[in-house]
Amino acid sequence: MQNKLNLDQVKVDFARDTAGKIAENLHSWIGDYTTTTIERAAARLLGIDGVDKGGIPLANVMVDKLLEADMLDQGLVPWLAKAVASREESPQDIAEALVEGKLEVSSVPDIPSEKWREIAETLAEGAASKIRATREKREQIKKKAAPPNKPLLYVIVATGNVYEDALQAKAAALQGADIVAVIRHTGQSLLDYVPYGPTSEGFGGTYATQENFRIVRRALDEAGEETGRYIQLVNYASGLCMPEISVMGAIERLDMMLNDAMYGILFRDINMKRTFIDQHFSRMINAYAGIIINTGEDNYLTTADAYEQGHTVLASQFINEQLGLRSGLKEEQLGLGHAFEIDPAREDGLLMEIAQAQLCRELFPNSPLKYMPPTKHVTGDIFKTYLVNGMFNLVSVLTGQEIQLLGMLTEAIHTPFISDRYLSIANGQYIFNNARNIGEELFFKDGGRIQSRADKLLNDACAMLKEIEKIGLEAAMEKGFFADIKRSSEGGKGSSGVIKKHEQYYNPFIDIFMNNSVTVGEGLS
Amino acid sequence: MEVNLSKIKAYGDTLNDGAVQLSFTLPVPAGDEAKEAARQLAVKMGFEAPAVTEMSDLGAGFTFFVLYGKCSHTVDYSAIKIPKRQQEIMSFGEVNELIKQELGRKVVVVAACTGSDAHTVGIDAIINMKGYLGEYGLERYPEMEAYNLGSQVPNAELLAKAVELGADAVLVSQVVTQKNIHLENLTELVELAEAEGLRDKILLICGGPRISHELAIELGYDAGFGSGTMPNHVASYIAAELIRRGKKDK
Repeated sequence: MQNKLNLDQVKVDFARDTAGKIAENLHSWIGDYTTTTIERAAARLLGIDGVDKGGIPLANVMVDKLLEADMLDQGLVPWLAKAVASREESPQDIAEALVEGKLEVSSVPDIPSEKWREIAETLAEGAASKIRATREKREQIKKKAAPPNKPLLYVIVATGNVYEDALQAKAAALQGADIVAVIRHTGQSLLDYVPYGPTSEGFGGTYATQENFRIVRRALDEAGEETGRYIQLVNYASGLCMPEISVMGAIERLDMMLNDAMYGILFRDINMKRTFIDQHFSRMINAYAGIIINTGEDNYLTTADAYEQGHTVLASQFINEQLGLRSGLKEEQLGLGHAFEIDPAREDGLLMEIAQAQLCRELFPNSPLKYMPPTKHVTGDIFKTYLVNGMFNLVSVLTGQEIQLLGMLTEAIHTPFISDRYLSIANGQYIFNNARNIGEELFFKDGGRIQSRADKLLNDACAMLKEIEKIGLEAAMEKGFFADIKRSSEGGKGSSGVIKKHEQYYNPFIDIFMNNSVTVGEGLS
Repeated sequence: MEVNLSKIKAYGDTLNDGAVQLSFTLPVPAGDEAKEAARQLAVKMGFEAPAVTEMSDLGAGFTFFVLYGKCSHTVDYSAIKIPKRQQEIMSFGEVNELIKQELGRKVVVVAACTGSDAHTVGIDAIINMKGYLGEYGLERYPEMEAYNLGSQVPNAELLAKAVELGADAVLVSQVVTQKNIHLENLTELVELAEAEGLRDKILLICGGPRISHELAIELGYDAGFGSGTMPNHVASYIAAELIRRGKKDK
C-alpha cells in the first residue's frame, strides 16, 4: 500500500491498539451469555428446518420449550444430543416430535456426558463439513470465472417479491453487476424469528428466508454461467436473528452479509447486550463460511453530519475490525463501510471525500472496503444525482475502494426501477474503465488540503477511541458517540432473549468455528 | 413572446413547441419491434412525432428507451387554485418569541416515522437538535418540547404517546414508498385520530419527499411539507396555527 497521506504510524498503531482494548472489554463478558437466537442457530446448523402449523419455525419451538423447562442456559445441543441418543432419530425428527406433542422436553433421559458429547460432536462436525463443502464450491466456481475488475459493482434489488427479485437480480448481473443484494422487508430486523419459505409480499424489500436465498442464488448462478463470471449474493445478518441468518447464508452460499457489531443498537433500537453477544456468534459463522461481512458505518453519516463526524466512522471501523478479528474473521473478510455523504454544496467537499476514502484505504490495507453512495443530500433531481454519483465513482477508483454500492439516480424517490440500476452500472463501468489506473498516477501534495484533512480525521478518531476506552463502549453509546444517537445500555428490544450461561453450557460450534485455520481462498483479492 | 396562460404547453426552445423528454422500460427484448413499440406508446401519450433517441438492452428481456417528442396537450394555468399554508416563515428567534408572548407556555411536538418506514433522515432534520444545513431542529427551540420517537412507530403507538405527552402537534414522516403504501399509512393515522376523538385537539402534520400541502389536506391533515422544508418552516406553522386556534390552554 502506497502511503499517499504521509500518515503517522504511531497514531495508526495507537488507534488500533485502543480499539483492541475496547473490544477486549466487551469480550470480558460476552462469553458468559448466550441468547435465544444463538441457540436457534445451533438448531439450524444441526439441520432443524421448517415451521409448525401456526408458521412458527421449529427452531423457535424447541428453544422456547427448553427455555420454559429452564434448560436453555446449558445450551440446546446437550438436550438435543441426549434426545438423539435415546430415540435414535435425526434432530429434525426430534423437532417434529416435539411440535406434534409426541415428545416432552422432560421425557428425554439423562445419559453420561461422554456419550452425548460424542453424538453432539459428530453431528456438529457433520454440519461444519457441509459449510466447508459450500465454501469450497464457491471457490471452485470463482476459480473458473473471469476475475472481476475493481471496484466491484454492487447493486440492490428490492421488489418485495422473491421471483421478481430473482429476475431483476439476473438482469443486473447480465448488465455487469458483480454483486447483488436483496434488500430485506423493512420490519424484518425486529422479528425474533426467521420467516419460512418463498415470499412474494414485502415492503421496501423481501423477507430473508432460506428458500428466498436459494431462489436468488440459483438466478445469479445462471447469470454467472451465461457471462462466465461469478456473481456474489448479499443479504443481511442483522437484527434480532443475526446468527440464524448467518447459518442460512452459510448453507445457501451467500457471499456477503451486512453484519455490523453496533448497527442494530443504533438504528433499530435493539438491546446492546443482545447485539454484542449475537454479533460474536454470527460473525464466527460468517468467518467459517468464507463470507465477507459489510459493516454499517455509512449509516452514521445519514443522521450525523459527514464533515463534522467523519472521524466517528474511522473509530467505528477500528472497533468493528477488532471485534471481527476476535470472532475469527480475517482482514480480507472485513468489508468496512463508509460513505460519500459530504454536502455537495461544500467548497472542496470532493477533496474531503478523497481524504476520507484514501484514509480508510491506508488504515485497512487488506480489507475490502465497502463504499456507500450519497443519499442524504440527494433530492428528486435525478440529473444532479446522476452527476454526484459519477463523482462518487471517481473517488472510489482513485482511492482503491473494493465494494462499490452504486448510487441510484432515483434515490429519495422510489426503490430502484430496472432502468435505474442499468444506468448506475453504466455510470460505474464508464468511470472505472475510463480512470482505471488513476490511483497510480495521482499523488497528494505534502501538507496540502487532503493530507491535512486525513491527519485531522485520524487525530480526532484517536481522541474518540481514547475516550471510549476510558468510559467503555456501552457508556459511549449511551452518550450518543455514534450517529448522534443515544441508546441506554439496558433498553432496546430483545433483552429477554439474553441468558446467562450455566457452568455446564455446551455449544460445540464455538470451538469448531474459532479454531478455524482455513484462510479465505481467492477472497476478493 | 406572449404566453397564453389558459393554454400552456411544454417548452423546449420555442414557445408552444411542446418539447418533452421521456424515458421508460418495456418488457420486451431490444430490437426494431421494441423501438416501434416505444414510439407507438409515446404517440398514445399524446406526443407528436416522437423520436427514440436511445435504446438500451437491459438483459433478461427488458429494454430501456429515451425519447423526445412534442406533447400536444395544453393546460389552463389561469384556472389552477392550490390551497396554501397562509403562513409567513419566521426565524428560530421569532418563533420562540411569538410562543412566549402569545401562548406563554411550551409547545409540545411529537414526531415519528410511522408504519414500516425506517428512514429517519427527514424527521431527524426537522426535530433533532442539530437540524439541517445550520438551521436548528425543534429540539433546540427553548419554547418547544419536541420528542422524536424514531422509525417504524405504529400509528396507534404514536397517538398514545401524543396523548401521554399532551402534544399540540404530531409530525409524521414518510420517506420510502412502494406501491403508494405511504398513503395508506397516512390515512390510517387520520382515521385512528378521529376514532379516538383526538382529531380536533392535535395539529396533524405530515412530511416527506412525496408529500405536498395539497395532498396532506386531501388526506385529512392540517398541513403537509415536501422536499426543501427547513425546521423553522414547520415551527412557524405550528406556532402561528396554535395562536390562530386560540390554543393558549390545552
